[in-house]
Amino acid sequence: MNSKSYSLFLKDFKSELRTRYAINALAMFIIVAISVILFSVGNEKISPSLTGGLFWVVIFFTAMSGLSRAFVSEEERGTSLTLQLIAAPSTVYAGKLIFNIILVFVMNTIIAILYSAIFEAFIIKNFWLFLASFVLGNIGLAVSSTIIAAIISKAGAKGTLYPVLSFPILLPLILTSVQLTLFALDGISFERAKFELAIVVSYDVIMLTASFMLFDFIWKE
Amino acid sequence: MIWKIFLFLLLAFVSVAGIAFPIVENPSTWYQFPLIPGLEENAKIIFFHVPTAWLTVVAFFMSTLYSFKYLRKKNLDDDVKSYAAAQLGMIFCILATVTGAVWAKFAWGSYWSWDPRQTSIFALLLIYGAWFALRSSIESEEKRATLSSVYSMIAFVTVPFFIFIMPRIMTGLHPGSADDTNAGPVIDFKMNGNMQLIFFLSLIGFTILYFWMWNIGYRSILLREKLNKQLIRG
Repeated sequence: MNSKSYSLFLKDFKSELRTRYAINALAMFIIVAISVILFSVGNEKISPSLTGGLFWVVIFFTAMSGLSRAFVSEEERGTSLTLQLIAAPSTVYAGKLIFNIILVFVMNTIIAILYSAIFEAFIIKNFWLFLASFVLGNIGLAVSSTIIAAIISKAGAKGTLYPVLSFPILLPLILTSVQLTLFALDGISFERAKFELAIVVSYDVIMLTASFMLFDFIWKE
Repeated sequence: MIWKIFLFLLLAFVSVAGIAFPIVENPSTWYQFPLIPGLEENAKIIFFHVPTAWLTVVAFFMSTLYSFKYLRKKNLDDDVKSYAAAQLGMIFCILATVTGAVWAKFAWGSYWSWDPRQTSIFALLLIYGAWFALRSSIESEEKRATLSSVYSMIAFVTVPFFIFIMPRIMTGLHPGSADDTNAGPVIDFKMNGNMQLIFFLSLIGFTILYFWMWNIGYRSILLREKLNKQLIRG
């Protein structure tokens, strides 16, 4: 299963490198979203806690603009039936998940770098806590949005439905991640952020398990 | 038939008693409610708001349960049952949100203040909304049933998180919250016997009403589908 998911991931990766669809869309979206924030802020001074919240707003909407590609492209090209023939559902999901995780990491790293370059208030005092919450949050984001993307690809009205369906599912993760980012901005120690970190870890594990179990039903549809 | 009359009398009694019984400091007769500091007359909402919130949760669980059953047995009947439950859940969810917000205007001074309970019910409203949006976007019956069942299972596993993280992120104003000092766990000890009795009668009455409405909703969906099929066959 592992080697098959890996080759599935390679296939997605190569086709992405050729078309650069998701990368271009995501990059432009990041720039647009951040410049909208910059224009609306104007000359106002924004507080560190506000930047922490806006950081996750940009991450959420960027994810919503690009992550549905993984499954929607298969449906559009009509290749999903072929995939059903050659691989087990969990293999397909694992391959798509690896691709989306990497996409999320690349995208969010760019957002984080741009953020710390542009916003003066966005100073991370506890870097390791930020890194931990960043990694765990990214994994959760990728897992949930991949399974929702699979649902979306089978339904009509794909583009508008994606953020609508994802938001309630991602809400616990986003709320906790915003909280953790605020902790990192305030320089709060790991000891005090233990509970929030535990929440994010359990979210990741539960979502991963649930999506592997439920993906069979979606994929066979 | 007899239970419908019983239900009518029960709900009529609960409505009249819940609205009309006076709140006094030292209740002496059976039709007087005790004064709860910090809530006063506002306390009476408990007879109508709490049952709607309770039914929102019951409907959500029932909808998820039938979704789970559908995924196991692939019987479209379960999907119809789940749909009927979710429809009612949405109605009760809106009712609970609106009555809560109106109450909050008088008790807390503003309609909405992102109290943990308010945020949780808002999330539930979003889940219901997304679920209906998903259903309306799919034409084929089996596909719609499967995908919406999967979605309700995914939404279901996120619910525990709200219970754990909300109190950490926001401070609670709602009566019965953990850090609530003035209006404490109302249900446990601040209500006297007759208030508790009417509260539980109201809960029972509303629950029976829910199951009745659910049954009607379920049968009406079946009839509608039957009629649609007759129309198609001509």
